[in-house]
Amino acid sequence: MLKVKPKTKKILVPIISILAGFIVGALIMLVWSYNPIEAYSSMFTSALGNMNGIGETIREATPLIFTAIGFAIASNAGFFNIGLPGQAQAGWLTSIWVVLANQNLPKIVLLPLAIIAGVIAGAFVAGIAGWLRAQFGTNEVITTIMLNYIVLYSCQYLMQQVMSQKLRIDTDTTKTIAPNGSLRIEWLSSMFGDSRINAGIFLALIGAFLYWYLMKKTTTGFEIRSVGANPYASRYAGMSTKKNILYSMILSGGFAGFGGVVQGLGTYQNYFTQTTSLDIGWDGLSVALLGGGTAIGILLAAFLFSILKIGGLGMQTIAGIPYEIVSIVIAAIIFFVAIQYVIGLLFKNNKEKVPNSEAETGPATVSKTTTSEGGQG
Amino acid sequence: MNLMTILSLLVSSTFVYSTPLIFTSLGGVYSENSGITNVGLEGIMTMGAFASVVFNLTFASSLGKLTPWLGLVVGGVVGMIFSLLHAVATINFHADHVISGTVLNLMAPPLGVFLVKAIYDKGQTENITQSFGYFSFPGLADIPVIGPIFFRNTSAPAWLAIVVSIALWWILYKTRFGLRLRACGENPQAADTMGINVYGMRYAGVLISGLLGGVGGAVFAQAISGNFSISTIVGQGFMALAAMIFGKWNPLGGMLASLFFGFAQSLSIIGNQLPFFNHIPSVYMQIAPYVITIVILVLFFGKSVAPAADGQNYIKSK
Repeated sequence: MLKVKPKTKKILVPIISILAGFIVGALIMLVWSYNPIEAYSSMFTSALGNMNGIGETIREATPLIFTAIGFAIASNAGFFNIGLPGQAQAGWLTSIWVVLANQNLPKIVLLPLAIIAGVIAGAFVAGIAGWLRAQFGTNEVITTIMLNYIVLYSCQYLMQQVMSQKLRIDTDTTKTIAPNGSLRIEWLSSMFGDSRINAGIFLALIGAFLYWYLMKKTTTGFEIRSVGANPYASRYAGMSTKKNILYSMILSGGFAGFGGVVQGLGTYQNYFTQTTSLDIGWDGLSVALLGGGTAIGILLAAFLFSILKIGGLGMQTIAGIPYEIVSIVIAAIIFFVAIQYVIGLLFKNNKEKVPNSEAETGPATVSKTTTSEGGQG
Repeated sequence: MNLMTILSLLVSSTFVYSTPLIFTSLGGVYSENSGITNVGLEGIMTMGAFASVVFNLTFASSLGKLTPWLGLVVGGVVGMIFSLLHAVATINFHADHVISGTVLNLMAPPLGVFLVKAIYDKGQTENITQSFGYFSFPGLADIPVIGPIFFRNTSAPAWLAIVVSIALWWILYKTRFGLRLRACGENPQAADTMGINVYGMRYAGVLISGLLGGVGGAVFAQAISGNFSISTIVGQGFMALAAMIFGKWNPLGGMLASLFFGFAQSLSIIGNQLPFFNHIPSVYMQIAPYVITIVILVLFFGKSVAPAADGQNYIKSK
């Protein structure tokens, strides 16, 4: 057993989880006689070996930062927002629609307008779940799952039946947006080997800073966190549970919607029919879990995931190893993060015994039982 | 189209679409009544679907009509093994239940597709040859009115699911095992004081959910999708989770909620064959099940309350 400071331990645990996740991936590859060293080296070289790869990796990380922050805000308040995919999708379609319908507006008006519209769309979808929870106590897990489907089919309908034909190429794809509604920046793209990197990343960094500021420095953030930690004590202290439930879901959905906006205005420059819930929603959830719900953690986790995802494409073409191994590694990493109690046993705190601080991302109902949660670790 | 054919069409397609949800939501009921939140049902279903399809493709020629039924068993066993991951993580390793369940959901689809690629060298499997077809109960099918609607050309797994859910209700509420299981979900400290092996009961709850979730996935694959790919199980596990909450963590409630979801889903699929419904724009039919669920939940159920210690880790003090 190694003796380390609690702070060092906090950093070591995710690093060990990541390494362990890679080892699991390597073992699976070995069983099916693929070469893990070849796989991982081709993964990292294609994600980080040239400017285009780096640009694409950053581009991939951009929406994940937003959706992860969305998940983290709700989970601070004790909610499991599983509706990120639907909220992001609403943001995506809305922002593209706004741009396509108002192509003549100057960029300085159009771009903010489209972004705000997309964010509001995401916030609205999540707000429904938040309002129902606050008003009627309806379980947000069910409502957000249901809303995912409602958004999925509604977007299909809105795009195919309601959107003017002039804005579409065919039933499944919209036209490409004009440059004055786009988040692409020419010099940035050309600097990164004509990749799809866009101004979204700067907005994401600002978003991460705002998230940190909101949670740690404002009353709203404090109230959200205390409602999540103990709704009864917060009410006793005079905080409105209902108001905080609604606020946190709206903020959560707003960030998720923003994720969809950067996907639309940055990555794809159009909208096309989706048949299943958006990936960036589910991935954002994983990123938030790996990042432990902190702003810095989310940024690092988003980049790690993007390296894996972009590198995985290269790995598939160069080394001929199925892309799925990447998702298996990601799932394994989250598994090891989840069982950090066991990883923590490897180390001994070198101060007096401090109880293990477990992941703070669980819903409020996962309150720790007093008698059982002794400082045995 | 007369009323009789419409009704029998509705009932049989409701049964077909409900069955996977019934099995899986029953699994959720057992896991959560033992105190382990299980959002990983989706992943468990995926593994069950994968295993049953591979089994079916491999043995269909030698086992014939029996294949899909044995496929259920195989899917269940594989689901159970997969759920072990969740059990170990939450019961022994103090993991957050929601995160651990999410890991199952993240792990299963890529693992299934990876194995399909490794075994068959392509992204999705062939279609299975032996699937659950329609089944008529000899004797019962000849009862006037009821027979043609419920027992002729119907889904045999659906009836199995209904019988199983009644049996599981009885076990949960009328037997010593059920009482102990619920005790571990309501108040593990008290249960432990009474000499109940809390860890053991929780393992039982999670493994039963793995078995039933695997069966649910196997039913879906062998009755509805017919093959395995990344898009075989997309959301059914979450629907089952919703059915479990909707059914208030009770096996019969879960079954009825699943039947309702199955009914709503089948309406959107066969709606265009039915008079009246074929005039409604398809989007309304598609989103109806989900909207109705939310509305019913708000109007009639209000706050659904999970078992008191659901989602809490129990760490035995030494």
